[in-house]
Amino acid sequence: MLRQWMSWAGVLFLAGVLAVAGCGKQRAAFTMAGSTAFQPFAEKLADQYMAAHPDVSITVQGGGSAVGVQAALSGAAQIGMADLVTLPPEASPLKSLVVARDGIAIVVSPKNPVTQLTLDQVRRIFNGEIRTWKELGGDDHPIAVVSREAGSGTRSSFEQIVGKVKLTPEAIIQDSNGTIRETVANDVNAIGYLSHGLLNDRIKAVEVDGYLCTEESIMAGHYRLVRPIFLLTRGEPGATSKGFLDYILSEEGQSMIHSNGLIRAK
Amino acid sequence: MRVPPKYAQVLAVALLGAATLLTLVVLVFIIVFVLTKGLPTVNAAFLFTVPRDMGRSGGILPTLIGTVLLPLLALVIALPLGVGTAVYLTEYTRESRVTRMLSFGADCLAGIPSIIFGLFGFIFFVVMLHMGWCLLAGGLTLAIMILPTIIRTSEEAIRAVPNAYREVSFSLGATRWETVLKVVLPNALPGIVTGIMLGIARCIGETAAVIFTAGSSLRMPTSVFDSVRTMSVHFYILAREGISSENAYGTAAVLVISVLAVNLVAYGLMHRFISRRTR
Amino acid sequence: MLVAFSALASLLLIAVFILKEGVPFFFKYGLGHFLFGLTWDPQAGQFGIYPMIVASLWVTLGAMAIGAPLGIAGAIFLNEFVPRSVLRVVKPTIELLAGIPSVVYGFLGVMVLAPFIRAHLGGPGLSILAASVILGIMVLPTVISISTDAIGAVPNSYREGALALGATRWQSVTLVTVKAARSGIIASIILAMGRALGETMAVIMVVGNAVKVPHSALDSARTLTANIALEMGYATGLHREALFATGVVLFVVIMLLNAMATSAIKAGGRRA
Repeated sequence: MLRQWMSWAGVLFLAGVLAVAGCGKQRAAFTMAGSTAFQPFAEKLADQYMAAHPDVSITVQGGGSAVGVQAALSGAAQIGMADLVTLPPEASPLKSLVVARDGIAIVVSPKNPVTQLTLDQVRRIFNGEIRTWKELGGDDHPIAVVSREAGSGTRSSFEQIVGKVKLTPEAIIQDSNGTIRETVANDVNAIGYLSHGLLNDRIKAVEVDGYLCTEESIMAGHYRLVRPIFLLTRGEPGATSKGFLDYILSEEGQSMIHSNGLIRAK
Repeated sequence: MRVPPKYAQVLAVALLGAATLLTLVVLVFIIVFVLTKGLPTVNAAFLFTVPRDMGRSGGILPTLIGTVLLPLLALVIALPLGVGTAVYLTEYTRESRVTRMLSFGADCLAGIPSIIFGLFGFIFFVVMLHMGWCLLAGGLTLAIMILPTIIRTSEEAIRAVPNAYREVSFSLGATRWETVLKVVLPNALPGIVTGIMLGIARCIGETAAVIFTAGSSLRMPTSVFDSVRTMSVHFYILAREGISSENAYGTAAVLVISVLAVNLVAYGLMHRFISRRTR
Repeated sequence: MLVAFSALASLLLIAVFILKEGVPFFFKYGLGHFLFGLTWDPQAGQFGIYPMIVASLWVTLGAMAIGAPLGIAGAIFLNEFVPRSVLRVVKPTIELLAGIPSVVYGFLGVMVLAPFIRAHLGGPGLSILAASVILGIMVLPTVISISTDAIGAVPNSYREGALALGATRWQSVTLVTVKAARSGIIASIILAMGRALGETMAVIMVVGNAVKVPHSALDSARTLTANIALEMGYATGLHREALFATGVVLFVVIMLLNAMATSAIKAGGRRA
């Protein structure tokens, strides 16, 4: 038993030595961290960028928008990612750059006959003032409101744009786009909201004030539920990260963002 | 009314059997559910290629490696500490207020949600000790997280070793340390292995604490200072961000199969060890 | 000894860390307002966690009501009434359940259990009941494997003694084996309870997380852990402190439950 432990300790030690030796390689490296909504996009952008620039190494981490702000402030990451309509006050020393935008779609079950709502109806549904689908021309069922957790970029953007939202305490809270989609898809009485890139045939987006959440209506400014995605740096970005940021804003970067479900920065 | 013992026995066994059967049915349902959803995606290419397109296509090789390395590292740190603590608490101290308080504290920590361990690891290892998100920070955090389980199960297993064994060993002139090493620990091994299995399982299944400390980078790790993504975290991100449910369930299926493999190997080793000793 | 103390020191470090981040909030906000406040609205500066304390207790009790009897029954049955070889196959399989990530359980809950509850029992489906069932299943491996070890460790001579005195198999189990293995069985329940109370990811997905005092098992509610995990990623300032304070409360609840269990063992020990 003891000998086994000692051999393990030996393996660990060797691994440590190798690790330290491995750090000797000279490569420009930086880390991005934050918004889980943008993380997959950042990973793909980083892969494409590194394929063209083999001397650069980019590590992408999740953690949420607050981690993005904290990591950029503390230097744990050179670039923070955040998806909030307005950045929190402690992010003020950071330089921010909008790299993409994201539409927020209001979704219900495909079995629900309701197809359009006004922004005011949306507000009253989420405030718990409209409580049955019958009031909206649907079936006589209670409405199950599904929202995101307090502080979520999607939720604070949603509440800010809809305005005067005081979420009903009855509301079910789910903490990701994926679980919101599952919850709404499985409950004919549910209503929720999520990133428009995640719309599929298991859920149905409703028109808000006469417009569906589509790329065109967002670009034309008709659909109002849109939030920006920020990349944050402490001071001016360094040469390596600047190169990457430029790449994200380039036609190639933006078209990748576009083809995977987000909307161009401009 | 008194039920005759014989009927009581029949009734009780029927109830117990039914309960056990129910447990097994639930277990089988869950495993079959995950496997039927996931196995169609799993093939050699899925296992041995790197993920592409955010994990929407391509395989899971880096997460497979992360899932092996991270719990292993946590275990290498936690096992000696945990078993050592249990030995110390049971063999070297008399049960006193202090030792009782210590095991009580360990029990309480077992219930602390993993996200708190994750936050602690993030602030302490990642930020304060400047490790960054890496295998080492994740391993240390997970090690602390599974310590209470390992301490508690080892302690129980060691206590269950009959005192007569120790007395015989002492009477043969063995020191306390020799007794612990050659008599107590081998006899407590099944219980300790249970603790190890629960600990490994918890590490493999953990998401929150891992994301905060080992990170969630999809890159292949080359040292303990690199960030890794485990299969659980991969499933979590794929499923929750709605990236690809096929690959998410594929990952879950591989995860279930690997846990099964780990369990089988551990039990195989243990039984070989026991039968060699008793021969 | 050094080993023991470094392990314990690391555990102590965590405890101190949580206390340091959370306790100041009690004084700033007022303990009474915090514990018995009915409204949780971080944006409005209101931090009452009474609904979550109630929800956590219900969910944990529910999980134990499902997991403990099933688990202990399974452990007894597998140890005493079936051949060893069956146990040798079944136990690792059950421990497999512990290795399935909680997120997978959560998705199962959302996709299978919640719609089932909504269709057959009413309510939103995502509810205390759903969380209890999922957690009850999740703690099964802990209960079964530790109880099995404890029961297996009871020397065979005890059982033989009971049987020789004319007891039936079942009597020897209840009167001798379970009593002798009591400490291990209770340890398994304590660990499982800690697991149920502390589980986060699966609970977040199936419990619905509505911030209100639940009135029935079919209501949606939010547990203490869900509250921490849902909002910790974003929280700053007072909100963040409030979440750590929630962690402290959780810690105290766990301590109380453990103390109760420990004294239960002692009381039982005196009677036996």
